[in-house]
Amino acid sequence: MDAAVAAALAEAHRQEWGYVLAATARVTRDLDTAEECVQDAYAQALTAWATSGVPARPGAWLTTVARRRAMDMIRRNDTLRAKLPLLAGPGLDTGPDALIEAAEDVPDDRLRLIFTCCHPALSPEAQVALTLRLLCGLSTADVARAFLVSEATMAARITRAKKKIAAARIPYRVPPAAELPERVEAVLDVVHLVFTTGHTAPAGASLQRRNLTERALHLARVLHQLLPADPGVAGLLALILLTDARRHTRTGPDGQLRLLADQDRDQWDRDEIGEGISLVKAALRHRPPSRFALMAAIAAVHAEARRYRDTDWLEIARLYDVLLEIWPSPVVALNRAIALGEAHGPQAGLDALDELGAEPQLAGYHYLAAARGEFLRRLDRTGDARLAYSEALLLAENQVERDFLERRLSQL
Amino acid sequence: MAGYMVLFWDDEAAWAAASEQDVEQAMQAHRDFGARYAHALRGGSRLYPSGTATSVRHDRAGIIVTDGVFAETKEHIGGYYLLEAADLDEALAIAKAVPCPYGWVELRPVLPGSEYRPA
Repeated sequence: MDAAVAAALAEAHRQEWGYVLAATARVTRDLDTAEECVQDAYAQALTAWATSGVPARPGAWLTTVARRRAMDMIRRNDTLRAKLPLLAGPGLDTGPDALIEAAEDVPDDRLRLIFTCCHPALSPEAQVALTLRLLCGLSTADVARAFLVSEATMAARITRAKKKIAAARIPYRVPPAAELPERVEAVLDVVHLVFTTGHTAPAGASLQRRNLTERALHLARVLHQLLPADPGVAGLLALILLTDARRHTRTGPDGQLRLLADQDRDQWDRDEIGEGISLVKAALRHRPPSRFALMAAIAAVHAEARRYRDTDWLEIARLYDVLLEIWPSPVVALNRAIALGEAHGPQAGLDALDELGAEPQLAGYHYLAAARGEFLRRLDRTGDARLAYSEALLLAENQVERDFLERRLSQL
Repeated sequence: MAGYMVLFWDDEAAWAAASEQDVEQAMQAHRDFGARYAHALRGGSRLYPSGTATSVRHDRAGIIVTDGVFAETKEHIGGYYLLEAADLDEALAIAKAVPCPYGWVELRPVLPGSEYRPA
């Protein structure tokens, strides 16, 4: 295969899958059929582009082909179709012919698709799985691998979610203004979860799963493009950019984990940092600040410190105080405790951590034990530090993190 | 438009322990709800408590009639509303307004009679 065609196709898969699928689902009003048509369009592109060259607008080309294929299938299966529950939503009742005629001016339906995939009536696991599959074009096998379940389990989860969308009539539309803030929050949670799962894989040999972090960044960009005025969206995009900017420095050449203190800051992605910081500044102007904007602001404080010892921990602790007010989560409290320890010394950090010891949500969370270990080590309480690191080691499942904890233990 | 059923899952013990005033308040809430969503409601009723239930099962030996509900749970179906809505969001907006002081409600799409297959 022509390398240029292969590259163009891979790029179109990354960039355009969600756009093509969203536009095709409007015609098919059935997600399975839409997926089939989009897959078919990508397969056709492989031969067509090799013969007549890569089109100027690959997304538009793929959309036209997928929608034409959808039309053919609908005409052939009209009787079967009458027996299936179809996607519900405004403007979907006009016949497919009318839609095809307007193919020159295909509306961007990605927002509809995002809000349908991230509907609160679907389980959080299903929301994430549908988003990765329908908007990012990840295969069921890839989604299954990312979330540590078997492919059969993931396939069943996706099938069930699609059936619920059709049968319960989860609408294919952008929610009205009154519901929008709450619904956007749900979407942001999904995209954030995709990012964090890729940023530090819950288990396995490698620290990061780049396919997930890249998809999350892409999704956040699409959301920001479609909802430019939403401070939460801008905040999440900023948070992803500022965190992702450190991707090359989080492990050393030997694959070993490098903490923030030991990372080579010259290797941080300055373009992503610059973009992230300007987004944070705009997002923080909104009152009250969104939680993702605050998290991004914290990441920005790290990004702005040229050396670790220049980090403004007092500012970070202050930001965590505000964050904890609008988002009282034990994980936020844990990070605040760590910031307090950095700002006011290890004993202050340890005291704040010990207040969280009874939090049931943190019971299996290895970062709590690891943070205690770190502060105990700095206080020269070697025996207690050893216990804490051992506990963290029992709970951590990512191999890179485990190696780090083992090294810390052996250095005590 | 599509049909939805709102099932109330009630804690019967909590209902039994409720004061006269609490019960009257709940009934008034249902009357208010019924008036407000009359345009969407297609039916509905409260049910006598589960102690009045009779189960009927078809078995190889024939039809077996037994006293009581099919499954022993703390919550039981205490009533229902049938409603019509354009989509799940519209149905959810109504379901959220259903008064349900001693339990929760479950919202289920109604399978249209004729051709549809259960998904």
